[in-house]
Amino acid sequence: MSFLVNLLVGLLFGIGLVVSGMSNPAKVLNFLDPFGPWDPSLAFVMGGAVVVALVGYRLVLKRKRPLMDSVFHLPTRKDLDRRLFAGAAIFGIGWGLGGLCPGPALTALGLTAPGVLTFLPAMFVGLMLARSATGIESWRGG
Amino acid sequence: MTEFTPFASLAGGALIGLSVVLLMAFEGRIAGISGIAARLLPPYIGRPVLPALGFVAGLVLAPFAVMAVTGASLRQDISANLPLMALAGLLVGFGAGLGGGCTSGHGVCGISRLSLRSVVATITFMLAGFATVFVTRHMVGL
Repeated sequence: MSFLVNLLVGLLFGIGLVVSGMSNPAKVLNFLDPFGPWDPSLAFVMGGAVVVALVGYRLVLKRKRPLMDSVFHLPTRKDLDRRLFAGAAIFGIGWGLGGLCPGPALTALGLTAPGVLTFLPAMFVGLMLARSATGIESWRGG
Repeated sequence: MTEFTPFASLAGGALIGLSVVLLMAFEGRIAGISGIAARLLPPYIGRPVLPALGFVAGLVLAPFAVMAVTGASLRQDISANLPLMALAGLLVGFGAGLGGGCTSGHGVCGISRLSLRSVVATITFMLAGFATVFVTRHMVGL
């Protein structure tokens, strides 16, 4: 049941990525290039997603518990540590090099472009390395 | 050159937002794709792999669902520089792992929860992305 819910929710997420144009790395790279052929679309994707999630989260988190679990699993950390800055900066460099982040990369898997088929295994190696560097407890799903 | 698509991007973004809210409503979890991807990796103690597998399967199916409905193939411009894409993937995976999230986890879910860590991470990876594209396109000419 949980598998099915996740499948449908993931499908919706992926359709959103495709409809928004974010499954095309060129659109991401052009967003990151205001001195070149700038394409501001990505700001509209994030804007649309955040507005819906901001309102939706408020409604959902008023409930005592989610529909299929006993508690909400929310990140609790508030501190700004060096890992957060370093991780985000490293992520941003990789994002700027390939125009891919995890969602669009997984969405593009079935289209089997050589660039994606190279990117994805490397991404999993990177995740694995980060996990062995930081310890498993830091992984709560974010 | 990519076309600026404000309406499609806003609509796609809204679908992503809806997906993020649904995952919270059903499972009580943040829809962070790097975290979901990491749950596919061993060890699996205390972290059920099946829901993550479902979510990723949904992402992978998404472009085919869209193509089946629209009848059009998807435009995808991905760098064929495979060493570059391998490096990009490695950095994206490692950075997302170290920083505890990516464009979805920090950029959409975290900002929608008004998490300071996520706002800071998003600004950091955006700036790193802008800087990287500036260097690769306008200084190195990659």
